[in-house]
Amino acid sequence: MRVLAAMSGGVDSAVAAARAVEAGHDVVGVHLALSAKPGTLRTGSRGCCTVEDSRDARRAADILGIPFYVWDFAERFTEEVVETFVGEYAAGRTPNPCVTCNEKIKFEALLDKAMALGFDAVCTGHYARLSVVDGVPELRRSADEDKDQSYVLASLTPEQLRHAMFPLGGSRKPDVRAEAAERELAVAGKPDSHDICFIPDGDTRSFLESRLGERPGDLVDAETGAVLGRHSGVHGFTVGQRKGLGIDAPAADGRPRYVLALEPVSGAVKVGPAERLAVQRIEADRPIWPAGPLAGPTECLVQVRAHGGTAPAVAEAVDGGVSVQLREPLRGVAPGQVVVLYRPDAEAGDLVLGSAKISSTA
Amino acid sequence: MTYLDHAATTPMLPEAVAAMSEALSTVGNASSLHSSGRRARRVVEEAREAVAEALGARPSEVIFTAGGTESDNLAVKGIYWARRNADPARRRVLASAVEHHAVLDAVQWLADHAGAEVTWLEVDAHGRVRPETLREAIDANPDDVALATVMWANNEVGTVNPVPELAGVCAEHGIPLHSDAVQAVGAVDVGFAASGANALTLTGHKIGGPYGVGALLLDRDTPCVPLLHGGGQEREVRSGTLDVPAIHAFATAVRTSVRERPATAEAVAKLRDELIVAVQQEVPDAVLNGEAPGSDGRLPGIAHFTFPGCAGDSLLMLLDAKGIECSTGSACTAGVAEPSHVLLAMGADAASARGSLRFSLGHTSTRDDVDALARELGGVVERARQAGLAGMRKNGRQQQEEV
Repeated sequence: MRVLAAMSGGVDSAVAAARAVEAGHDVVGVHLALSAKPGTLRTGSRGCCTVEDSRDARRAADILGIPFYVWDFAERFTEEVVETFVGEYAAGRTPNPCVTCNEKIKFEALLDKAMALGFDAVCTGHYARLSVVDGVPELRRSADEDKDQSYVLASLTPEQLRHAMFPLGGSRKPDVRAEAAERELAVAGKPDSHDICFIPDGDTRSFLESRLGERPGDLVDAETGAVLGRHSGVHGFTVGQRKGLGIDAPAADGRPRYVLALEPVSGAVKVGPAERLAVQRIEADRPIWPAGPLAGPTECLVQVRAHGGTAPAVAEAVDGGVSVQLREPLRGVAPGQVVVLYRPDAEAGDLVLGSAKISSTA
Repeated sequence: MTYLDHAATTPMLPEAVAAMSEALSTVGNASSLHSSGRRARRVVEEAREAVAEALGARPSEVIFTAGGTESDNLAVKGIYWARRNADPARRRVLASAVEHHAVLDAVQWLADHAGAEVTWLEVDAHGRVRPETLREAIDANPDDVALATVMWANNEVGTVNPVPELAGVCAEHGIPLHSDAVQAVGAVDVGFAASGANALTLTGHKIGGPYGVGALLLDRDTPCVPLLHGGGQEREVRSGTLDVPAIHAFATAVRTSVRERPATAEAVAKLRDELIVAVQQEVPDAVLNGEAPGSDGRLPGIAHFTFPGCAGDSLLMLLDAKGIECSTGSACTAGVAEPSHVLLAMGADAASARGSLRFSLGHTSTRDDVDALARELGGVVERARQAGLAGMRKNGRQQQEEV
């Protein structure tokens, strides 16, 4: 196969590309330039798409003996990922930009271009197991539970998955690092990237404030309706947040208060006790079904965040969406997040049954 | 392998390789006073004389540097500083909008950090600076101009500027003219004194010499403040131990390429014309940028095309996979192909500026190179067209749906 390896400059994508080469594929490495004004050098372990990352990717490609190019996706990235991220927060939702990036950049813009240029697949360093059984893609959790990224890949369509390749799915991170060292890839010891790549200092609140400005509103007690204070914009909050609410007086019962809901139109941030955070039902739209919609109510495991936030549930495909009844309540479930449904499988890895974007909770 | 990127760098001439190898095995600092030093100095001075003779300059006007970028920076900044020191009113730099980044960014640096005011000289649809454009810019206020800088020939589209005429306009007001002739030397007739330019940049690796060595030809009456301070080896304008082997090989390449130029240029121009015909046959809607072939206003070795509906980086990758090497123009430090500032200045839209390729021929090019390109280009362009301009801005449809 002709494989295009997306190389970020990190250890995972370098080893993934190496494995694709070793499997006998005809591999070309491509680094995606995603920032219009890339920083020259990394600061700590944060950020990506700096000139240094591009150089690290190039050096890895040299070692693998594959051609290497840098492709400019900065405009698409800004439009599809950064603007969407800002827009979602402004609308009181909590987006995951890595999901959007996989959906719109790596497996749409890049994949489309790669296919048109004669490639058969795009290979990345994601930790998820992918196989195609009778033409139906099966996406499963990684063998490394700590690194599992099936959640951020579950929004890919079956067609996208059919042209994806995740050579690291069956491996554990320490083994991948050891393999990188063995292959004499200089990135073997490079720290993992964290946080959101386009917010290199990790301060999401300031980033959003610089983009959205101040949009003051009331902090409202969800139970009494009393105004407890003012805030500078719903985009500074996420459902489930406890710290930084800026409320001086404690609640009457002395218990901590959490953000329960964000209302972008009125600008209200509703707060209340922990138990009101508990969600029993999730409605979600824009579903993706790798093997077709669920046939009737289905016992499954749901996940609502990239890390953690899992619970057993019964899910059902409804018109244009998914309805999920949780067996155990989940906290910190916000509209805009993605809910992924898994069929538990301890041996081969939990299988992704579907995913959808959360529209409301109860 | 089909190498169609001679404007980026061209193979070293065998004479230059021999000269460099020979000089590499002898010791001697050209500034030392003993026999070895004198021997090294002799090599340097003979090189200086050879360069001067080949380019119609005086030996004392040849300042050896580490290449084109240094020569451009030295001329632009050094002459600006010297002219402004002599008269603080002289703050204006006139520069063509299609200069190489070594000039462009040096000029911009003066604007950002040294109080310069820049008048960017517009170019015509072929990328040429017209003498009347320069005259108009000067006439706005002849007394505040520090210098003018206009390249001899453009590195992307190959358009040649009328340097003697431009120098004539500058001379009317005593304004020094610098010209970056990196692409011109060895390709067209370049005479320093005859041109009337006051400073001229050339570099080794574009003419069959080594990398990392070049020269600034600097008129003796044009003051220039040094960039590098130290031993003052080169007329007190440039310091640094002279790189004897590189200078020896560089001078050999200058001498050889200038001597062979009439024959080489003719042969290369013929191949280029064949290449243009082949490209237009394979891709009828390809647009040739710059002057029409056959005109004097065009370098013999460069053919620059816009391929409508294609992204330059796709074309480059697909041709590279077929063993054909060419260029999309300049790339940023990360390696991203950028829309050509030259095409934008010539009036092209952003998509055309991203969808262009430069094929450049040189002294080792053959008909086989043209044939190889002709064989692959049609299929490559068709594929690149399918890929379209993926990765560029989509219309706002998706975004609205998201938000």
